[in-house]
Amino acid sequence: MSNEIEAIKDPGLPAHVHRRADTDPKAAKKAERQVAILFLLSALGTITLIGSYIFIPQNVFIFFPVLGNTNAHQLFLGLGMAASLFFIGMGAIHWAKTLMPDEEVVIQRHEFRSPDEDRADFIRTAKEGAAAAGLGRRSLIKRSLGLSLGLVGLSPLILLRDLGPLPGNSLTKTSWKAGTRLVTDPGDRPIRPEDMEVGAVAQTLPAVVLAPGEHRKLSDIAKDAVLLIRLRPEEFNLDAERLSWTHEGIIAFSKICSHMGCAVALYEQQTKHLLCPCHQSTFDVTRAAKVIFGPAARPLPQLAITVDSEGYLVAQSPFNEPVGPSFWERSS
Amino acid sequence: MTARERIAGSVANYVDERTGAAKWMKKNLTKVFPDHWSFLLGEIALYSFVILLLSGTFLTFWFDPSQREVIYDGSYEPLQGLEMSAAYASTLDISFEIRGGLLMRQIHHWAALIFMAAIVVHLMRVYFTGAFRKPREFNWIIGVGLLTLGIVEGFLGYSLPDDLLSGTGIRIAEAIIQALPLVGSYLAFFAFGGAFPGEAFIPRIYTVHVLLLPGAFLALITVHLMLVWYQKHTQYPGPGRTEKNVVGYPLLPVYMAKAGGFFFIVFGVTAFLGAVASINPIWLYGPYTPAQVSAGSQPDWYMGWLDGLVRMAPPLESYIFGYTISWNILIPGLIVPGILFTGMALYPFIESWITGDKREHHLLDRPRNAPNRTALGVMSLTFMLVALINGGNDIIATTFDLTINQIMWFSRIGIFVLPPLAFVITKRLCLSLQRADRELVLHGRETGRLVMMPHGEFVEVHEPISPEKAWLLTQHEQNPPLALEESDLRGVRRPGVLKNKLRARLSKAHAVSIPKATAEDLKEIEHH
Repeated sequence: MSNEIEAIKDPGLPAHVHRRADTDPKAAKKAERQVAILFLLSALGTITLIGSYIFIPQNVFIFFPVLGNTNAHQLFLGLGMAASLFFIGMGAIHWAKTLMPDEEVVIQRHEFRSPDEDRADFIRTAKEGAAAAGLGRRSLIKRSLGLSLGLVGLSPLILLRDLGPLPGNSLTKTSWKAGTRLVTDPGDRPIRPEDMEVGAVAQTLPAVVLAPGEHRKLSDIAKDAVLLIRLRPEEFNLDAERLSWTHEGIIAFSKICSHMGCAVALYEQQTKHLLCPCHQSTFDVTRAAKVIFGPAARPLPQLAITVDSEGYLVAQSPFNEPVGPSFWERSS
Repeated sequence: MTARERIAGSVANYVDERTGAAKWMKKNLTKVFPDHWSFLLGEIALYSFVILLLSGTFLTFWFDPSQREVIYDGSYEPLQGLEMSAAYASTLDISFEIRGGLLMRQIHHWAALIFMAAIVVHLMRVYFTGAFRKPREFNWIIGVGLLTLGIVEGFLGYSLPDDLLSGTGIRIAEAIIQALPLVGSYLAFFAFGGAFPGEAFIPRIYTVHVLLLPGAFLALITVHLMLVWYQKHTQYPGPGRTEKNVVGYPLLPVYMAKAGGFFFIVFGVTAFLGAVASINPIWLYGPYTPAQVSAGSQPDWYMGWLDGLVRMAPPLESYIFGYTISWNILIPGLIVPGILFTGMALYPFIESWITGDKREHHLLDRPRNAPNRTALGVMSLTFMLVALINGGNDIIATTFDLTINQIMWFSRIGIFVLPPLAFVITKRLCLSLQRADRELVLHGRETGRLVMMPHGEFVEVHEPISPEKAWLLTQHEQNPPLALEESDLRGVRRPGVLKNKLRARLSKAHAVSIPKATAEDLKEIEHH
């Protein structure tokens, strides 16, 4: 289209405009001095770095506006390093801009496409090569090679098998059993109902017997963490079964979010909502942790609790569903 | 000949007799690079990568990538006596005991943020100027690959210290793996060497973070740069610049001095940030335990959009034949990002299919002259921005005294409404700018000088613009849409009618433009 109508003409490269340093030796001398000063500032930066490393102790803090209390060692080390690098760059660029030639140069592009005869040559060579190897004729070789190459590809997959055990029932089981005491985390102290006032929250784990020097595994904590919350019994809005899972207004939920497994750690006492700080799934404690907002699709699993003969809170039974985020084999 | 010249000469002779390098060097030392600030964006990404390699190597000398439990006995008092992983303890040691360690940690983290930001802005420059067109499609795809790897590498990097914040991030990554249909729980157990968190994950991602991915980066960056070198850089349109030439400065000495100097400037600025701007103060978060979390948990910025999508997802799960499909994780965590990144990688081919343009392009487009492309780009950015805003919904809620629900609903509706709106507005703006260009060429520049005509009318004096400017505003091609006939000459319907119809419609939308001013238009005006 644009070929038919006369377009506006390309005036061509504009004429080169000389800089002052190109024509005036004084200006050039001045630019040279500026470049030298920039490089010297860099040297000063390195000296600052070395001095800070050796002479400023690591525990000195000084106050700067905006920055606040700052570790002097780290600050001056960094500032020295920054200056030593930055001013080399500034010097080089100032040099290029004031003293190196600034006349633009034109070079020509070439088409990437190979000439037709080269392409024809290439195809002929490739075909000859393939024919010489007999790839087309010797189908037995071709097929057996294909088979063996495919099988070789399997071996790294096989060799990676021992990266980890199979899940088994690990995702569906926790350490909670009927009669397991709830103990505080941290502290491992058993809890009596009267230890918790109305409105109180407690972070708990199952009581386990550990050999001296043995620790709880983080992978157990990742499934076992339970949150206790005490409300007034009349505040619950639960069916008879779920109500029987509470004890004197104390209700227990898995602390591991049913969405992506973060700890559901924020409890709003006024609204009686539990909020997961990762993706803001919000659960209503009075209605068995029903999801009332956010991306979680399931309530937090509720742990049935009661008290044992000594009056400590214990689990009535294990969780009746897997805790934590969903997975393919989960059945509901 | 001075002594120095003699020595240099004999060294050069020694090398050349064994490699024949002189011929190659002669040709390439005079290679021309066009000059424009926007061409520095990719350089920032490259230099940040070098900074990451240097600072990262420093960190590996003291970092202990192990989840073995240790008791902390370092100089940071609030954590003394606490059980924690060796990874976390050694990160504390780097921060408090090793001189310059905290500086290097902060430089490393800042460089990672700058690396990702530079990649994204460089990608925007390449997209909006059409630099991805033939023959540079390979480099576009490599670039998309580098962006993807960068997101993964950054995530693995900030996960290594095993603090409470990063452990929470790993937990979420584990949940995404676990949500995969069929193989999810198996993959999760393989990746973590058993149940989450286990003791295998940090050592494993350490190998990936310091060996596998940097290797992949080096290979891809090398190919990326070799292609830039071989294909020569694109250039912005202007007087004397054509599809057939390159106008700029020679490698030696100007470009070398500028590019080399720029490396030091990028490094210097990153070091300055590392010196004065605290980043990821892991000692405040404490060691990771799955039962705890900190309020306001935020990933690094380049992951924020993904987190935002996950946050706004509706609470959907399907239970079919005793199996669970977590749409609330799969859609925002895998399906939408998959579509976005695949679409991005394929865009050069999609556009060339729409326009039917199979020619080489070395002159860049001014974004306004490709309204459809520009609008699509702004639309995608708007999508990402809404997702990113929602990723910070808790922070925004506390900062601006809003409720999380308000922001979440704004995002849930906005993610559907705002991107198309951005498309329409951008396309209109582009066409208005084209109209303004046309006006400027035909009627010149408004001078602000008012003149009273003999008959009392006031007019503003317009001054003609320079021939250079007029050329810049009219040099672009305006191609008609593809003419795709539905039936052939004998009236028989061609196969693939629907596909052709779609292509014709897209092509028509793509070709919408305000006719640029021509020499004939100018002549006509002169007659009046």
